[in-house]
Amino acid sequence: MNIVQQVIDGMTTGSIYAALALALVLVYRSTGMINFAQGQMAVLSTYLAWAMSQTGVPIVLAVVLAVVIAIVMGAVIERLLIRRFEGREHLTMIIVTVGLMTTINGVVIWIWGADLKTIASLFPSDALGLGSARFTVHDVGTVAVLVSVIVVMQVLFQRTRLGLALRAVADNPQSSALSGLPIGVLLMTGWALAGAVGSLGGVLIAPKISLQPGMLDSVLIYAVAAAILGGLDSPIGAVVAAWVLGVVQNLAGTYIPLVGTDLQIAVPLVIMAVVLLIRPQGLFGRREVMRV
Amino acid sequence: MALLEIRDLRAGYGAAEVLHGVTLTVEEGGTTALLGANGAGKTTTLRALCGMIARRGEIVFDGQDITSLSTERIARLGVAHVPQGRGTLANLSVRDNLLVGALLRRDRPAVRADLERCLAMFPALAKRIKAAAGTMSGGEQQMLAVCRALMSRPKLLVLDEPSLGLAPVITRRVFDALVGLRAEWGVSMLVVEQNATLALSVADWASVLESGRVAVAGPAAEIVGRDDVRRAYLGT
Repeated sequence: MNIVQQVIDGMTTGSIYAALALALVLVYRSTGMINFAQGQMAVLSTYLAWAMSQTGVPIVLAVVLAVVIAIVMGAVIERLLIRRFEGREHLTMIIVTVGLMTTINGVVIWIWGADLKTIASLFPSDALGLGSARFTVHDVGTVAVLVSVIVVMQVLFQRTRLGLALRAVADNPQSSALSGLPIGVLLMTGWALAGAVGSLGGVLIAPKISLQPGMLDSVLIYAVAAAILGGLDSPIGAVVAAWVLGVVQNLAGTYIPLVGTDLQIAVPLVIMAVVLLIRPQGLFGRREVMRV
Repeated sequence: MALLEIRDLRAGYGAAEVLHGVTLTVEEGGTTALLGANGAGKTTTLRALCGMIARRGEIVFDGQDITSLSTERIARLGVAHVPQGRGTLANLSVRDNLLVGALLRRDRPAVRADLERCLAMFPALAKRIKAAAGTMSGGEQQMLAVCRALMSRPKLLVLDEPSLGLAPVITRRVFDALVGLRAEWGVSMLVVEQNATLALSVADWASVLESGRVAVAGPAAEIVGRDDVRRAYLGT
């Protein structure tokens, strides 16, 4: 296998991390916290898309409906659950979202069972070639969707009033309320948007690794790594970091005998640790300004 | 006519009542100075006014009872509160901070004009327009906080210790700018200030708090002349 193929495979893996990392960045930028249930929320909406496609709904329509449901789900979870813990310590929020993750996981297994399911891809799996390297239309489509999501997020946060309001609330809710911003509505909007991006990630990933309740468990770890590595407030950073992680993970597994397949999964975490030692704000992130 | 009327306001933190019936008025276009020693309840009064803590009594703003409204609703009615310390969004740029102040306005050309006006008043802000607010000095952040509040074109500007941490020359500039805008934009003001002489120089009415009650109230010009009040409550 040549090195180009290794890089392309790595980017495909990285794209999986990237989809979820984008949703994490979205919640962080609009609420200032990390949602550990993001992956499981995406799994739930992917199951919904699968269930709809099983009844004969075309996969594209099923995905669109699942994304819409994910938007509502994100908003409802924020309103009914997260709102009660608003303004608490980070540790409290971590425990709440981890609890949510476990709960959704249980619900998914309760409804659909734990066995593997096959879900159709949004894109055909035809093979494409570039020189000696091989990849599929699905891979290209995944990257295209990711790039579109980055562009939309960047425009939303940097160029729109809603984006400015979301950033203000994430920075300091009480201070934003003094400017008359509707805090509750904005926090709900942030969760709703992240729900949409996460579910899009879920349906892009599922055809590649097959649908099962725990399909995003390990992905979530790398997505968190990518989001932190890229700088939590930068969508482009998150995706680039995810691709770097995927590629390095692949190359290290192939070319460094000591690493092999067993230690391959540890590589992204080592990279994260090293980068954070040198650049605590991440590769693309802005240094957080602390009040003293 | 009174823009703001507070009657028998009681508020505090948890079970501890700090305000035991505060009565206060800000006239339309006027400025009221709220004075008193540390711990008298000045900041608590402002926090209660803006719906940031539990409160009882009656607060009427612009003809509407706002006693039970949320902070964001009160702000939308035209009350802009510059809290004590740094009322800025630390990770947002200076420009974004100013635009957040004006987010609820629809008159974009006027917002742009107001933004230019603020930058002209405080060139220090113009120089650091792209910097994150939290990286600026305390004085610059205070100017930014005041400008952010002004950007909403409030009917009532509520200032909590605007001179805190500012060099006297900067303080003077902030107050001069406020006095100018008060006439031009028709902003009324409620000012809490340790520096009583400064506050009384811009106010037309003054209320002096002591232990959560109004001990003395009257026209600012009269309070300035009352040595007994100054000695007893203002430490000047």
